[in-house]
Amino acid sequence: MATVAAVIASTHHPFYYRASTATGSDRPPFADEWVAKIESFRQTLTRARPDVLVMVGSDHFHQLWLDNMPQFLIGKAPFYDANFYNEEREFGLPRLLLRGDEELSAYLLRTGIDAGFDLAFSNELRVDHSITCPIITLRPEADLPIVPVYTNIFAPPMPQPARFVQLGQAIRAMIEAWPSDKRVAVIGTGHLSLELGGPRQFGPHGPDPEFDRKAVEWIASGDLKSALAEVSLDSLWQPGNATHGFMDFLLMMGVAGAGVAADYTDSLDLFHTMEAYFTWYPAHPAGVAGAEAP
Amino acid sequence: MSKYLIDKFLYTIDRDPDLVERYRADPAGTVTWWEAERAGLILNCPAPERSTWLNFTDAERQALTTHDYVALLEFGAHNFLVLTLFIALFERDYEEPLAFQREFAGRLSHWTLPYPDIAT
Repeated sequence: MATVAAVIASTHHPFYYRASTATGSDRPPFADEWVAKIESFRQTLTRARPDVLVMVGSDHFHQLWLDNMPQFLIGKAPFYDANFYNEEREFGLPRLLLRGDEELSAYLLRTGIDAGFDLAFSNELRVDHSITCPIITLRPEADLPIVPVYTNIFAPPMPQPARFVQLGQAIRAMIEAWPSDKRVAVIGTGHLSLELGGPRQFGPHGPDPEFDRKAVEWIASGDLKSALAEVSLDSLWQPGNATHGFMDFLLMMGVAGAGVAADYTDSLDLFHTMEAYFTWYPAHPAGVAGAEAP
Repeated sequence: MSKYLIDKFLYTIDRDPDLVERYRADPAGTVTWWEAERAGLILNCPAPERSTWLNFTDAERQALTTHDYVALLEFGAHNFLVLTLFIALFERDYEEPLAFQREFAGRLSHWTLPYPDIAT
């Protein structure tokens, strides 16, 4: 059966690419520390020696639109073009071409639908920065095949937080039952407190540092019980009007398992939002050191 | 009120570099043209299968025509669509990085929770 080689949950900050590649007076003062943290985080994926990446993210009104909006969608295509004109325009993100793993896509769709998730699918999906930011931070070679899993954290009505957790738990179980010898890393990105298009946007910190502190603690300790007790579709508007992206972290906590502490945790308090990085090694519960074993 | 149609305007302008420039230079002409020619187009259907019932209210048309993003947000336009397009339209007019984004936030400083409902 396949191995879940790593479970990785991260914020996705579209300004990282520009900040990390800027030089001279264009380079922001926080760039060096940010790059150092990302390079350390990248090692946690490299050490897991993955063959394929299941990438959980959310389309930001690029290909998916309100005339036909899926709640959960899995891409099934041999390739995925990536990034859009307005992401080049605002963030300077490069266009990419990523390979797909159609066999794993087909398997997750079939078994996921049979498990009670009425998954949408796409045979021609252009993925956006929710997928490419973690490629840029964690696997800049962009050399591994991917399976994109899109969630709706953006357009009400959205699924309940518990449903994200259930889908994460199902993804973990399905991969572990996949008749393959591949090593699969599951990587998902979301947000802590975040405000976009509101009065609290682009402040010196994220809009709700107290929520961020609690959220990092929930994720790092795998405390799904507390997270689900405190978070609802209504409550997530309070920390910031784009905070429903936290539900992708909940999905990843479902992949990692209830009560399972992360083997690697880091964060960075930036303007606008707090960055946070987490890695679990299910195949090597001893943690990072264990993952280095052959 | 037609939140969906405002969002559709923002979405279809934002994804087209020529339309971004046209909306910046000639907002009234762009809104008039778009409502007549583009509002009814279903994005995954041929033009003859267009919707026949979509129109802006006078207040929505006025807000779009005057680039009044505060009003659009208060009608319940999607915050991400408004922010992204208006950064494309006006960030270039500000010297300091993020100055436009911070002015945008300041113009919403009278808001209290809950914010306008963006559900469509």
